[in-house]
Amino acid sequence: MKNALQLAYLIPLFPLLGFLLNGLGRKYFSKGLIGTIGSGAILASFAVSLWVFFQVKSGNTHVAHYFNFISVGDLKIPFAFQIDQLSSLFLLIITGIGFLIHLYSTAYMHDEKPEHFGRYFAYLNLFVFSMLLLVMGANFVIMFIGWEGVGLCSYLLIGFWFKKDEYNKAASKAFIMNRIGDLAFLIALFWLINKTGTVTFLEVFSAESLSKLSDRDITVITALLFVGATGKSAQIPLYTWLPDAMAGPTPVSALIHAATMVTAGIYMIARSNVLYSMAPAVMTVIAVVGLATALLAATIALKQNDIKKVLAYSTVSQLGYMFLALGTGSYVAAVFHVMTHAFFKALMFLGSGSVIHAMGGEQDIRKMGGLSKYMKITNITFLIGCLAIAGIPGLSGFFSKDEILAGAFATSPVFYAIGLFTALLTAFYMFRLYATTFRGSFRGTHEQEHHLHESPAAMTIPLIVLAVLSIVGGYVGVPEFIAAGAHSLKDFLHPIFEPSYKILQEHHVSHETEWGLTIGSTIAILAVVIYAWTRFSKKPDLAEPQGIGKVLANKWYVDEIYDAVIVKPLNKLGALLNNIFETKVIDGIVNGVGRLVNYGGRQLRWVQSGQVGLYVLLMVLSMIVIFVLQFFFRK
Amino acid sequence: MPINYYIFLAIALFSIGVVGVLTRRNAIIIFMCIELMLNSVNLLLVAFSKMHHLAAGATPTTGIDGQLFVFFIMVVAAAEVSVGLAIIVMMYRNIHSVDVNFLNRLKH
Repeated sequence: MKNALQLAYLIPLFPLLGFLLNGLGRKYFSKGLIGTIGSGAILASFAVSLWVFFQVKSGNTHVAHYFNFISVGDLKIPFAFQIDQLSSLFLLIITGIGFLIHLYSTAYMHDEKPEHFGRYFAYLNLFVFSMLLLVMGANFVIMFIGWEGVGLCSYLLIGFWFKKDEYNKAASKAFIMNRIGDLAFLIALFWLINKTGTVTFLEVFSAESLSKLSDRDITVITALLFVGATGKSAQIPLYTWLPDAMAGPTPVSALIHAATMVTAGIYMIARSNVLYSMAPAVMTVIAVVGLATALLAATIALKQNDIKKVLAYSTVSQLGYMFLALGTGSYVAAVFHVMTHAFFKALMFLGSGSVIHAMGGEQDIRKMGGLSKYMKITNITFLIGCLAIAGIPGLSGFFSKDEILAGAFATSPVFYAIGLFTALLTAFYMFRLYATTFRGSFRGTHEQEHHLHESPAAMTIPLIVLAVLSIVGGYVGVPEFIAAGAHSLKDFLHPIFEPSYKILQEHHVSHETEWGLTIGSTIAILAVVIYAWTRFSKKPDLAEPQGIGKVLANKWYVDEIYDAVIVKPLNKLGALLNNIFETKVIDGIVNGVGRLVNYGGRQLRWVQSGQVGLYVLLMVLSMIVIFVLQFFFRK
Repeated sequence: MPINYYIFLAIALFSIGVVGVLTRRNAIIIFMCIELMLNSVNLLLVAFSKMHHLAAGATPTTGIDGQLFVFFIMVVAAAEVSVGLAIIVMMYRNIHSVDVNFLNRLKH
């Protein structure tokens, strides 16, 4: 009997149909119809994903093979979906949060013209489709198709308001940064095909193919894949596109640049965990890069005044956390944090969208303040998001962050110290953001104050659902030292990471130490939260930053450095090639050919005299020459 | 008679023909020179045919296809002459001359 999970193709099919319908019919459909098709497609996917999830939970995993995508010589790359614990979990996150954000978008984007409204939903559906391909693909090539697809949709949606040139530039920046990473991903793929002759996950991670790879191969492949992940998941040195990507509509930032696409790199590394466990040097690099990114982005977020920029840098920082978890071998913690982060960061982005909506497009928190009086639901849900990300006990962020920090401590106390410092910074900037936006008194214009209102139900319902998830989402991963055997996520994902557990020797930290660390960090975080809350409620940070604050507000001048070190020299090189190589060499060759033909033609004109006698004479002479040559040069 | 004699004669005839075509301007003489070249080839074919026939000895049909070719060439040459002379007659009617140098008008 065919496996029931063969039906998994339905999950990406619905968003694809939604994309085609909305994309082709955007000029003819009403906004209501477009919104229904767009959200309905994702809801249908979500329903199938739920069914798939419970199938997997009851132990039914399956590789659904549909057809041969590429077949060259011995290399066969099937179009196949792998439905297992890891992918089914991601399916739920993508389609579930995706649906909420689609629902939210129907209200948020309502002022757009129907045509652009349709375009928006078409892109969004295409994005979900690509993301589903990415996580469902049973081999690196299908994953790469999705990987490129989400990059494309990210580009399209960042540049959604294409009339503003700077938005287009932000879109191009995101695309180019991603391409740099994608190139490394591709090289890793070719390397893998060359050495093992397969890209299918199950075959690559089998003992037989791993034995074909030398240590050097594994190190190079994993390092290149990690470079790919730094592009997609915004890590040092390729992170600068993510803050600029906030040019897109806010729900897009929530879906693509917080909850799903940017976690693709984490998914990919978690999927290839066997390879990474065999490359300890690369693991260390990942941990260090993740930690550095987390710290750098958190310091930048301290001084940002654009509500979305703060959240963007917070996302970069949290992604750094996830890479820290991957690098220290706590894969479950990374996936756990992907999940909880998707809940609370999507919540906060949608909350910020609600605020921007109410403020009539204003994003500067210095011009907000006291919004809790006007927007009760947004206020409470946003507060829950902030508490969750700060790691207040009982909320989802606490459990996942604690697990990451415990894993870091087991590897090296230095990692733990920096990680904890970053967590404190996170709590600080989050409550600076919250207090400046929602507490104190309103600092905008009178007109704006009059306009302030709570958002419609289509926007508040996703907020409430995500707020509930942000609270309860952590209870699937209650750590061992609090309640034994309560970490159901770890048990669920065990088959995925089992091979890695065999390779990595586990560092065990005693329960007493863990209790100590958790209580210590919780007290420190609570202190920071209370300090930031009281300080910025009373006296918001309005002055122009000075000294080190100015450096932070200008993002450590990283963009300027990239500009001076990479962009400007490249432009100079381009100008050089354009002005000298192009005009002298290329044009010289082209015009030279033309002149040569012209000259040759003039010289040969006398042959075509029209005198038949001359032609005959030439013919005879040529024949004689041929005879003579043949006579002398015959073999 | 040795074969060399035939070959030298054929070469002489052929060269006369070539030089005639190259140097003369009268269309009829050019025509005659072409015939001369064709016939020098015929002569060679017949001579070689005879030579092979004598060398093979036993079978009477050896080398006979050389002579067959000669007939073909004669037929084709006759056809060519009829067309060529017709062209020359038409040329004379139009320009009252058979000088080929008057025929370079296509170039203008």
